[in-house]
Amino acid sequence: MSDRRVSWIDRINGLIELFENTMTGFVSEVGSMVVFATDALRLSFKPPLRYLEVIKHFEFVGNGSVMIICLTGAFTGLAVSYQIYLGFKMVNAVNLVGPTVALGITRELGPVLTGLIVAARAGGAMAARLGTMRVNEQIDALDVMGVNTKQYLIAPRIYAAVAAMPLLTAIFDAMAMLGAWFLCVKLVELDPAVFWDKVQNTLKVRHLFEGFFKSTVFGAFFAAICTYRGFHTSGGAKGVGEATNRGVVQSMVMIIVLDYFLTNMIRIFYLAIGATP
Amino acid sequence: MSEIAIHLEDVRKTFDEKEYVVNGLNLDIPKGSLTAIIGFSGTGKSVILKHILGLYRPTSGRIEVLGEDLNKMDNDQLTDFRKNFGVLFQGSALFDDMTVLENVCFPLSEHRRELSEGQMVEIASRKLQQVGLDSKHFDKLPSQISGGMQKRTGLARALALDPEILFYDEPTTGLDPILTEMVDNLIVETHHHRTGITSVMVSHDLEAAFRIADFVAMLNAGQVLLFGKPEVFFETDNELVRRFVAKGMKKT
Ligand SMILES: Nc1ncnc2c1ncn2[C@@H]1O[C@H](COP(=O)(O)OP(=O)(O)O)[C@@H](O)[C@H]1O
Ligand SMILES: [Mg+2]
Repeated sequence: MSDRRVSWIDRINGLIELFENTMTGFVSEVGSMVVFATDALRLSFKPPLRYLEVIKHFEFVGNGSVMIICLTGAFTGLAVSYQIYLGFKMVNAVNLVGPTVALGITRELGPVLTGLIVAARAGGAMAARLGTMRVNEQIDALDVMGVNTKQYLIAPRIYAAVAAMPLLTAIFDAMAMLGAWFLCVKLVELDPAVFWDKVQNTLKVRHLFEGFFKSTVFGAFFAAICTYRGFHTSGGAKGVGEATNRGVVQSMVMIIVLDYFLTNMIRIFYLAIGATP
Repeated sequence: MSEIAIHLEDVRKTFDEKEYVVNGLNLDIPKGSLTAIIGFSGTGKSVILKHILGLYRPTSGRIEVLGEDLNKMDNDQLTDFRKNFGVLFQGSALFDDMTVLENVCFPLSEHRRELSEGQMVEIASRKLQQVGLDSKHFDKLPSQISGGMQKRTGLARALALDPEILFYDEPTTGLDPILTEMVDNLIVETHHHRTGITSVMVSHDLEAAFRIADFVAMLNAGQVLLFGKPEVFFETDNELVRRFVAKGMKKT
């Protein structure tokens, strides 16, 4: 009897210990990522300024993602608007399809999906590239050449992601609205006036900027996570694969979790300044 | 005794607070010499190299390079100090998105900003010719040239800033015998090309080390087992060294 009780206590203690270790591991890892990214950004203000690098990476993250963002944006608009149309038709509120889609896209789906897609494409590439440079000793070579590797390799990538994300989100938003318009007006033959009705007076500029703000934060996070993973790669080609995988997965989870908190933050901000969220 | 380029005094290093990878190491590398650091795999050769380069900080002990105490420098000062070094890595470590010429120009564009682009290209071309690379390869990417040419390019890049000390980490590991001989000769030629340059070669190729080096340091268990001119290693009574030499010479 007492034996069994002891073993239960042991098990619970074991669980607590496991939980503790996981949490300390998680916290210390997040801590070193934050130090890593802020270090890189701090160094970016020291000469030499690496603006050519920023432009190079911006081209890759931004220009390189336009096509895929257009495609996914348009199809997201098509799919989402159809479901909303079906639902609202049941309650005879099809004139609200337009504004509902517009708000959902600009505030939530636009930044989140853009974040996920760009994190997978550009973030994955960042982790893989830096990982390869690490295992081929190219980063060591930079170090011994007296080049500050965080300033040269990390900061420009973070800036590029931060700058590209809101622009890509704007493109996603526009394409998604185009998709929604096409479905509602051309396919299910809603009156264009009905579709656009209230979009103009419901959707405010600030809603667009909520989305852009979120996407900027997402850009900073996925770039920080993926560059951290790539920069700290070890163990050859296999290590590069692992670093890329972890970077992308952690970025995606982070974007979805962060989105919820950012939505709440924005809500509290509106309440504080006395506006309706 | 001649001037000392690198002075290591009772250097210890542990990564896990338990096991000492470097355990009370003392070593003086004379200025202008070609010195080989030898020892079997995992004896801490690369770790010591990284200490001298200031990439690792010792747990305890003193490291002086060109008369400067590395412990007294902060990271930014160390970064700056490394302009005095040139390093040829085992895998050449060329930047794979830059051409051969751009690779050699890179250290110049980082540290010699006063130079015009034309001057940088001129210096880089000269270094590439010095290591025997034909100009028809200058605009190729590292992936488009052979391993031997990659080594040459890596060496030219290491020479770009006219370093005081040249380091080679396992320059011939994994190369075929012909390429090994070529790289060994290249090291000797480069060493004699400019008087006063100090060359430090980390290797587990004992035969080559004894053949080309002025001084040899043999490492074991994080310490220097024996340091001296190559002859010393064949005359010593130290049983461990004799076994090392016999084994190492047989292997290669
Ligand atoms: N960054 C590090 N962290 C922990 N252990 C390390 C690190 N670098 C090297 N070691 C350990 O130090 C020992 C010596 O490694 P190294 O200097 O690479 O040997 P070698 O003489 O073959 O160059 C090895 O046991 C290695 O595992
Ligand atoms: Mg080694």
